[in-house]
Amino acid sequence: MHIPDGYLGPATCGVMYVAMLPIWVVASKVVKRTLKATQVPLLAIGAAFSFVIMMLNVPIPGGTTGHAVGGALVAILLGPWAACIAITVALVIQALLFGDGGITAIGANCFNMAFILPFVSYYVYKAISHGSSLTSSRRVLAAGIAAYIGLNAAALSTAIQFGLQPLLHHTSSGQALYSPYGIKTALWAMMSEHLLVFGWVEVIVTALVIKYLQKEDPSLLETAGGVK
Amino acid sequence: MKTISKLWIGLIILAIFSPLGLFLPERFKAGDAWGEWGADSVKELIGYIPQGMERFASLWSAPLPDYAFKGWEGKPLAGLSVAYIASAVIGILACAGIVFLLGKLLSKKVN
Repeated sequence: MHIPDGYLGPATCGVMYVAMLPIWVVASKVVKRTLKATQVPLLAIGAAFSFVIMMLNVPIPGGTTGHAVGGALVAILLGPWAACIAITVALVIQALLFGDGGITAIGANCFNMAFILPFVSYYVYKAISHGSSLTSSRRVLAAGIAAYIGLNAAALSTAIQFGLQPLLHHTSSGQALYSPYGIKTALWAMMSEHLLVFGWVEVIVTALVIKYLQKEDPSLLETAGGVK
Repeated sequence: MKTISKLWIGLIILAIFSPLGLFLPERFKAGDAWGEWGADSVKELIGYIPQGMERFASLWSAPLPDYAFKGWEGKPLAGLSVAYIASAVIGILACAGIVFLLGKLLSKKVN
């Protein structure tokens, strides 16, 4: 899901950076208002977790690879705004140090994985887990569903960005200038693999850690940026 | 042991097992992620390299490209795994360090 340099035209790259600017500003304001100093070590671990879980490429035999993002988990534990900051840091490090995701596409990649994913996951989790006790199995189920929908929403957003490129930028003879596949192909490819395989990797990762934390330290499930 | 310490141990375990992200795709003959092909693969797929893609694809030269040391392309998987684990450790420390500092700057002083 890390869009490389050269796949999105300048317009899309620019719009995505412009879209992320206010989100980053609000994120830092909300985190300043709500994050407790005692939660900082957990947020740091969340960013590192997101970084390393994205390195664990899962294969579709004979096909493509993909990975979880860990964004649902961070959003559930610390709220979507804090998750946005943690995943943004992971994505920027991946782009700058490791060339994973383009530097011109940092705005787009952050929009998909550091904004869409944690926010969708957070509100799905909040809706389903509402009123359940911290150690209930409904919370594990809620986390799993939130992870699945969140990762697929991010894949959908990525597919749309890919799919718009041949429409926006092509030569007079019809050759693509950037990502060459149209919206139908992009949607079909991205959504089938994420709905069938990679979404479930995010589910397993998220649900397992939530289940573990329920036993180990349920108080960590209390805060979640205000979810009771 | 505090939960935070246990989670750090979890991260170390993930870093050690991170080369699974290299071995499993190799074992199951899976290629690039969709939309993350190199220029050569794009040419194989559609018959040409889009002009804009060619211009911008190597805009940035990362110090550890694809979580490997420069010049290690084509090394055996065992060697690449060492680089992969080193990349995981560097990435974990960089992410945790930066977010820790950001968090300290932003978070409320009073608990």
